[in-house]
Amino acid sequence: MLRYTVRRVLMMVPLLFLVSLGVFALVLMIPGDPAITIAGENATEAQIDATRERLGLNDPVLVQYAAWAGNALTGDLGSSLFSNESVTGAIAGRFPVTLALTLAAMLIALLIAVPAGVVAALRRGRWQDRGATLFASVGISLPNFWVGILLIMAFALAFPIFPAVGYTPISEGVGAWARGLVLPGITLGTAVAAEITRQLRGSLTDTLQQDFIRTARANGLSGRAVVLKHGMKNAAVPVVTVIGFQVGFLLGGSVIVERVFGLPGLGDLAIRAVLQRDIPMIQGIVVVAALIVMLVNLVVDLSYGWLNPKVRQA
Amino acid sequence: MTEPLLVVEGLEVEFATDRGWVQVLDGVSFTVDRGETVGLVGESGSGKTVTSLTVLGLLPPESARITAGSIRLDGRELVGLPRRKMEALRGDELSMIFQEPMTSLDPAFRVGDQIAEVVRRHRGGSKRAAWARAVEVLSTVGIPHAERRARSYPHEFSGGMRQRVMIAMALSCEPKLVIADEPTTALDVTIQAQVLDLLRAMRDEFGTAVVFVTHDLGVVADICDRAVVMYAGQVVERAGVDALYEHPRHPYTEALLSAMPQLTARSGRLATIPGSTPPAGAMPAGCRFHPRCGHVVDACRDTAVAEHPLAEGGTSRCLRVSELALKGSA
Repeated sequence: MLRYTVRRVLMMVPLLFLVSLGVFALVLMIPGDPAITIAGENATEAQIDATRERLGLNDPVLVQYAAWAGNALTGDLGSSLFSNESVTGAIAGRFPVTLALTLAAMLIALLIAVPAGVVAALRRGRWQDRGATLFASVGISLPNFWVGILLIMAFALAFPIFPAVGYTPISEGVGAWARGLVLPGITLGTAVAAEITRQLRGSLTDTLQQDFIRTARANGLSGRAVVLKHGMKNAAVPVVTVIGFQVGFLLGGSVIVERVFGLPGLGDLAIRAVLQRDIPMIQGIVVVAALIVMLVNLVVDLSYGWLNPKVRQA
Repeated sequence: MTEPLLVVEGLEVEFATDRGWVQVLDGVSFTVDRGETVGLVGESGSGKTVTSLTVLGLLPPESARITAGSIRLDGRELVGLPRRKMEALRGDELSMIFQEPMTSLDPAFRVGDQIAEVVRRHRGGSKRAAWARAVEVLSTVGIPHAERRARSYPHEFSGGMRQRVMIAMALSCEPKLVIADEPTTALDVTIQAQVLDLLRAMRDEFGTAVVFVTHDLGVVADICDRAVVMYAGQVVERAGVDALYEHPRHPYTEALLSAMPQLTARSGRLATIPGSTPPAGAMPAGCRFHPRCGHVVDACRDTAVAEHPLAEGGTSRCLRVSELALKGSA
């Protein structure tokens, strides 16, 4: 398991390199001259030249990349073209909000999906199964901004149980912090719950038909031990894979949900950066998002090793 | 006179199909004495596996039901026993070994943990004690370096070794009865012999009664005391193994014996039984074997045949049992 872990972590190095190339190429792919964009519409030729010089845009591309990547490695992602705020600082300030939202959404998704998926697999073809399948189809189809607005109307306006918008930092009270995350968490988690339910139902159904489940039952293990221990551990690999994918989805979805609920998270920051063509900020956010996805994939892959001992040898 | 260890009487089982409930076992009766090995023989579809799953209470309740009959283990009625009580008996008083050693162990857990889990389920005690017991039985079934191998995962064992692990798990709580469903079919011939030797040794060591489910009459001759021959959901003949081979009393048994490959007859085609087992729900009228039987007369086609007790012990479900002189295997 240790060798598997080390090998898997080392595999991230070339991947990170590719990501950094892609992110850096963003600058080159943007149509027009970034110096003109940055210097502003009414800048003089001299101002544009000065800007170009300041940004190092006259250097060869490789030199530019080396400078940018070198700084990025030390945690310096440059500074915003507009506020002069450091990109790293801006992201660090926003990250806890998005992290909290993502975790809340995932927690809510799992709280719904695990019982629903297990019950659907155990009651295949009956009303419980049909109900879970219906929930999965509907949950995947509902646009989350719409779910969010409905939830605000119902549970913030009609019945003011939860705040409609805004974020309370955890330092100002865990209760208020958690309450503020309920509606956005449900909004963002519904589709994820639906997807995980569907995957768990299918995977657990297959697993429960395996020979080793019959062996466990033939040796007197109780129904619960068979399903929760032997069934779930073997059914988990595809489910964990989907959960990993869903983290990427959550990061994307949070862009909209943070807008709907007025949460000052990374998604909100990303929208603003894109609208302003704040290239260093966009690069920073993309790097951080890619890093998160890679770390999640690392955890997912390591969990394969635990769930399926055969993987460790590969 | 005490009752045999296992008494199956008049067992009838139905499966749910698209056309409603269809009978798959019809009046199956047999007994197994303590420490005895009984072969349950028949082709695919004869009902031998359904019979064993029924005895263990492993049929899926939503798609199978027992409509009549009785299964008594050590005097205790198993038909209608609540699920939890049945669970407590399985693995403790009766257990089962399956055909597919490659897929019958959970790939996600160490074999020692899987055996220890069964031990703790029935014996309780500490994890350490259960683990020690797991190592002990693994060593008993001939796994070398059992202490170390208990920490291996199923995929790290060969097929024969996995079947030994399965046997160790089934015997870990020293059940009175083990049902072995074609335990050697998926193995190489040399490994088959080793596993059969092991089962025989285990029977002698623990005094476990074994129901050996197989289509292979050679294996039955090798290991069993008595045989129960099944065809199309019915028991067609019951006899001691020697009597069965020398003087089969049912044409189906005769046909099975003649279909055994013989080393002496190297040329020519292998003998087969023409036709195939009728599907459940489409049983022929009269004797169920009559469309494939070489001794068929008109009466066979319309009279359902009961089991006839035989003077020398055993039974035969053949109308002409008293007039036919059937050929045994040489």
